[in-house]
Amino acid sequence: MIAKTLRAGAALAASALIVAGCGGGGPKGAADTKISDGRIVLGVLNDQSGAYAQLSGRNSVKAVEMAIADFKAKYGDKAVTQNIGVETADHQNKPDVANTKAAEMYDRKAVDAIFDVPTSSAAEKVADVAKEKKRLYFNVSAATTTLTGTKCNKYTFHYAYDTYMLANGTGKTTTEQGKKNWYVVYPNYQFGQDMTKSFTAAVTAAGGSVVQSDAAPFPNTSGDYSTYLLKAPTLKPKPDVLGTMQAGAELVNLVKQYNEFKLRDQGIALAVGLMFLTDIHSLTPDALAGTTYTDAWYWNYDAENRAFADKFLAATGARPTFAHAANYSAATQYLEAVQAAGTDDPDALVKALEGKSVNDFFLRNGKIRAEDHRVVHDAYLAEVKPGSEVKEDWDYVKVLKTIPAAEAFRAPSADCHLSS
Amino acid sequence: MTGFLQNTFNGLVGGAFYALLALGLAVIFGMLRVVNFAHGAFYMLGAFGAYVLLAEAGLPFGYALFAVPLALAGIGMALERALIHRLTRLDPLYNFLLTFGLALILQDLVKWRYGVQSTPYATPPGLAGTVDFGLFTFPAYRVFVLGFAMVACLIVWLVLARTRIGVVVRAATERPDLTRALGIDVGRWITPVFGAGIALAAVAGVLAAPMRAVNPLMGADLIIVVFAVVVIGGLGSIFGSVAAAFAIGLVQAWGEAYASQWPIISQITVFVVMAAVLLWRPAGLFGREENPA
Repeated sequence: MIAKTLRAGAALAASALIVAGCGGGGPKGAADTKISDGRIVLGVLNDQSGAYAQLSGRNSVKAVEMAIADFKAKYGDKAVTQNIGVETADHQNKPDVANTKAAEMYDRKAVDAIFDVPTSSAAEKVADVAKEKKRLYFNVSAATTTLTGTKCNKYTFHYAYDTYMLANGTGKTTTEQGKKNWYVVYPNYQFGQDMTKSFTAAVTAAGGSVVQSDAAPFPNTSGDYSTYLLKAPTLKPKPDVLGTMQAGAELVNLVKQYNEFKLRDQGIALAVGLMFLTDIHSLTPDALAGTTYTDAWYWNYDAENRAFADKFLAATGARPTFAHAANYSAATQYLEAVQAAGTDDPDALVKALEGKSVNDFFLRNGKIRAEDHRVVHDAYLAEVKPGSEVKEDWDYVKVLKTIPAAEAFRAPSADCHLSS
Repeated sequence: MTGFLQNTFNGLVGGAFYALLALGLAVIFGMLRVVNFAHGAFYMLGAFGAYVLLAEAGLPFGYALFAVPLALAGIGMALERALIHRLTRLDPLYNFLLTFGLALILQDLVKWRYGVQSTPYATPPGLAGTVDFGLFTFPAYRVFVLGFAMVACLIVWLVLARTRIGVVVRAATERPDLTRALGIDVGRWITPVFGAGIALAAVAGVLAAPMRAVNPLMGADLIIVVFAVVVIGGLGSIFGSVAAAFAIGLVQAWGEAYASQWPIISQITVFVVMAAVLLWRPAGLFGREENPA
């Protein structure tokens, strides 16, 4: 009798488990969800061999893989699906390659959302593809504000940073600290020109002035910036700070020569438009000591950031740049949205994401703006430490100031019409 | 005045790099009739060699300046024997493709090992100061670069002008068939000359490490200008390539200084000058028309 009851009970419990497993139990189990082709595929499209391969590149693919693993571990069998994969491609910083690779990802590789995409011209092309295919696109590594301006569209979100954030953070704060006269040197292409415009606006608004701005050839095949460095102390009024908008190897060239010509000793400080942790690593902190720049995220800012950085170090052998952290965050927020909505339908997800307040170790006081799909969050004004103060590998900067999310990014642009 | 002198000095420093690279290219082209597309890659390897010696063996700049060119000359000679030599009898296009391929392979090997981000290399401590010339001051390291490059060019000139090897090289450069017909074994000098050309590129690379970004693409960016320099000077003309190198360095520096509102100018001047020279003197400023025979 007892045995019989036990058996019946066991059978009941077992069938309950099976039902639960099939989706009857959890709030968003597999049975009542609508995941297209039964799986989710995240696409990482970026530069894997060129100038931006280190600051993002394959390690961003790794970051997205970490996000997927953490998501699966968090939800276990309550996850909308355990079948989540990654597709990756190298766009070589070429807009046409980015265009075809993005179309191929959406059409043939069943990619639900594309992540990363550095290089503004390539990033804009992918925004067009996302719009045409009606699939999601989270841009992380491109700096252009057109993604939330003329190129904005319903399916495109711009994540980590942009030229406005960089210029506003560094230009405004440095001027307010008393360095009023600027000499700006920039590479003569879209990014450099945009940055210089934003910098000039930010410096002027803060009560400073740009004494002169010079466009350096791009690409600068001679690798020489001495003309500008020699000119800096002769300008009238003498500039307090040299603002450089060069990036990557050109930044390295310029900083090496800035030190060679000893401009810091002549009272001309250095401010950098865009710099990644990997740039400081290659120049060494001593070459950059005292330089200020705006950072979207810093790995050793607090324990939460550090926890991610430790996992990242174990997986890749390096500390994460803000691009790596932002790719992890974007992938996580996407998966969380799918989990909450119970579907990977892009239109439903856009609706769920718009206007949403989001917080994770990367997005502090984060919000996904409904007006232009700019993901706003706190940014940081950082200063490079001298080598003597560096106690740990990769811990090269101190955060001077947190720039609140509301001030860090520009107001939604009138150029952006999401519905059109 | 001070500004003009500084910019002129700078142009000469820029020209010094072009001169070392162009000299090697010109000598190699003269002897082998090979347009060495891998020259930029060897310049890059020179800089990386200095980095590796410092970072992994603790050997400072002074050692690198001699050890790296010697080592790369050895590698260059091995490549010449193993690969380039086999194609010299064929259409020059074959070696053109071969050296281009070599450049890509060398670049990607370095990328694979060291990544695309630049590697750090500080100015040698003894040369970190500035030199006061009375009218203007200048970073000591740049003065050193200019001096060293000029001495290197002078040594090459002395070897070519005053030694038996130099006579053979000059003869083989100007009239290869005639030189052979006179019973001179040109072949045995080909490999050492190739090695010497590579060594000059490596010297330029080591000199570049403290003042320029050390990354796998540094040579690929620079070599295009150097090709233009060699064409302006006259392919195979040793004196012409050096003269053109310093001239182009000056034109670039003055262009950047006095036409800074049009940055495009300093970017294209080299090629405008090249086009003008080719129209006026198709063989280059100091080149001689090849014998049609």
